[in-house]
Amino acid sequence: MTSSKKHHPQLNKEGELHHLLSIDGLPRSVIERILTTADSFINVAEREVKSVPLLRGKSVFNLFFENSTRTRTTFEIAARRLSADVFNLDIVRSSAAKGESLLDTINNLTAMQADIFVVRHATSGAPYLIARHTSAHAPHIHVINAGDGQHAHPTQGLLDAYTIRHYKKDFSNLIVAVVGDILHSRVARSDIHALTILGVPEVRAVGPLTLLPAGLEQMGVRVCTRLDEGIRGADVIIMLRLQSERMRGALLPSAAEYFANYGLTADKLALAKPDAIVMHPGPMNRGVEIDSHVADGAASVILPQVTFGIAVRMAVLAIASSSARVQ
Amino acid sequence: MKIAIINGHVIDPASGFDKVAGVYIEGGQIAAIGRAPEHFKAERTVDAKGLIVAPGLVDLCARLREPGHEGALKTEMKAALAGGVTSVVCPPDTDPPLDEPGLVRMLRQRSRESAGARTYPLGALTAGLKGEALAALKTLAEVGCVAFMQTRSLPHDNSVLLQAMRYAKTFELPIWLRPVEDTLAGSGVAGAGAVAGRLGLPAVPVVAETVALHTIFELQRATGARIHICRLSSREGIELVRQAKREGLPVTADVGIHHVHLIDVDIGYFDPNFRLDPPLRGLRDRDAIVEGLADGTIDIICSDHAPIGEDYKLLPFGEAEPGATALETLLPLTLKWASENKVPLREALAKITSGPAEILGKGSAKGRLTVGAKADLAIFNSSEPWVVGGATLISAGKNTPFSGYEMQGRVHYTLVGGEVRFEST
Repeated sequence: MTSSKKHHPQLNKEGELHHLLSIDGLPRSVIERILTTADSFINVAEREVKSVPLLRGKSVFNLFFENSTRTRTTFEIAARRLSADVFNLDIVRSSAAKGESLLDTINNLTAMQADIFVVRHATSGAPYLIARHTSAHAPHIHVINAGDGQHAHPTQGLLDAYTIRHYKKDFSNLIVAVVGDILHSRVARSDIHALTILGVPEVRAVGPLTLLPAGLEQMGVRVCTRLDEGIRGADVIIMLRLQSERMRGALLPSAAEYFANYGLTADKLALAKPDAIVMHPGPMNRGVEIDSHVADGAASVILPQVTFGIAVRMAVLAIASSSARVQ
Repeated sequence: MKIAIINGHVIDPASGFDKVAGVYIEGGQIAAIGRAPEHFKAERTVDAKGLIVAPGLVDLCARLREPGHEGALKTEMKAALAGGVTSVVCPPDTDPPLDEPGLVRMLRQRSRESAGARTYPLGALTAGLKGEALAALKTLAEVGCVAFMQTRSLPHDNSVLLQAMRYAKTFELPIWLRPVEDTLAGSGVAGAGAVAGRLGLPAVPVVAETVALHTIFELQRATGARIHICRLSSREGIELVRQAKREGLPVTADVGIHHVHLIDVDIGYFDPNFRLDPPLRGLRDRDAIVEGLADGTIDIICSDHAPIGEDYKLLPFGEAEPGATALETLLPLTLKWASENKVPLREALAKITSGPAEILGKGSAKGRLTVGAKADLAIFNSSEPWVVGGATLISAGKNTPFSGYEMQGRVHYTLVGGEVRFEST
């Protein structure tokens, strides 16, 4: 079955970014524009007045149906540096608990003159439902996915791409290893899409078979089940956070066994290129997926990732809100 | 009432009768085909020129939401008739489940009062469908349950299934099962594969189906119970059914109409109308379903009708209630499958009329259009287009993956027991 209703829901008819829901399917030009725009925002933070008036008078609602202080804070800082009015809604504890439906919540906030929704939700695809709804009923609203279930975390994928470009300049000759719980990771999916679209010739997904989803090869990655094989000769190593609940079922026996086989230590890092960089989306589990010596070592760019994340989120908010209103 | 249906293209899939002829109805039965009986004076004459006159559709799975939703049954019965469906089998996943004679009696009575399609309730195999204690199968059979079903998945405890088969075999009662092993299916919402992986949707692996089928067949070998397998979804599962039939196990199998057409890729961007149970799988699985229908491994097609209110569908994909409304699209989607795969109309109709009637067995709707049979008929134009949508569907459920699509095949008249119960306007 093919249908016109399957057109990419995040671009408007002019091909501009209206919502940011996933990196999957974004044109390379849109991603490159975000990265270039982020460059121009890097310096804003170093000025005495840390803001530009691009979103003055706009209301950004952070709708967090799932807790995440870190991501919410970086979105909040990004929106404030663009001079937007920011409202944080911790919906885990309010309307959802009262049984209000997701779209009822959206309708209420739309009535409060929202311009941008930044959405974090525990169920894959929830931001698509919201975007479909606002596109039909309030087409001026932009939806930015701040992480949905196991599906996507597009701004993380973009900030990872930005970080890699910052240190490696060029994507076209890189080997990037994404290590850990690929199955449950929205970060891994967004990283894989961003890097393959940007032309990285070899993206590796590294983990035990219990943590690798079906169909990875179709996403253009090389699957490696052993860490040695996965990071040998790599230019970039992205370590994923291992949620503690993964250890309770049959996916993994223990944190210790995981660390022994997939934890990034100095010894393992020596298998990568001498100038390899180590990344992590945070928050880190030291001694589970990464050794402290590596996390705090010379190869680590984990803190710069956080700084770049603000500039990238500023770029996404600025570009989406400047897209023509065409529906 | 004496009714003459003239000039129609009469098809009786079971006998192969396939030509323009008159059908003459008297006393609720088909009195003659071809020439009117002597002294037959029609009180009503239906001109079926350009239309197909076929047995009414027999749908092996349609949820009428009775018990559970006050007044729902009437609307869904109208939808059935508008879809040319004259017999519906109601699965026991009602609220409460059909595990007591009183509930079954009430469903049958409400059905009779609705003057809709004939109703054939499936009793719950286990009390409350919990998979723990057997329901009163014999008593339920005596009040009209045609078979006994465990919905969703096999009982978690294999010994319950073993005893259920032994007990059912004692009274020669058929058991209907969904081939789903619950621990392997987990909380999956999409068929395992590249699409589920990309969308980050919890997946139901193929082994959830194949392990269940191995369990069913092994217990069948031990007990001799007659089993109907409901809603096959995978290539590997279909192959196991093929082997079981070759071996001679007393087994039949069906597939839902949506799985004949759709695959996981069609989920697109998390469209909840494509959240079905079983979840959609890949192209190779869909092709295997088409092959299974062609070689008879899959005996019949059902609608798997599930009318779902907007509040339960307008949710993120994984939270949306699974299922699609389908009583009114079963016929056009069957015709679409036939025309896409060059299946003769007569054979296609067998999958939704005489085939399912045969699985229901003696004493039930025959799915036949022959002299002496009950006059349950669907009279339709096989190429007339109509657009599926909220405005055209009668069912309370507007939840269909085909919303907005043009279908071919429109029912003009539906007769149940010689009564015209639906007439298009």
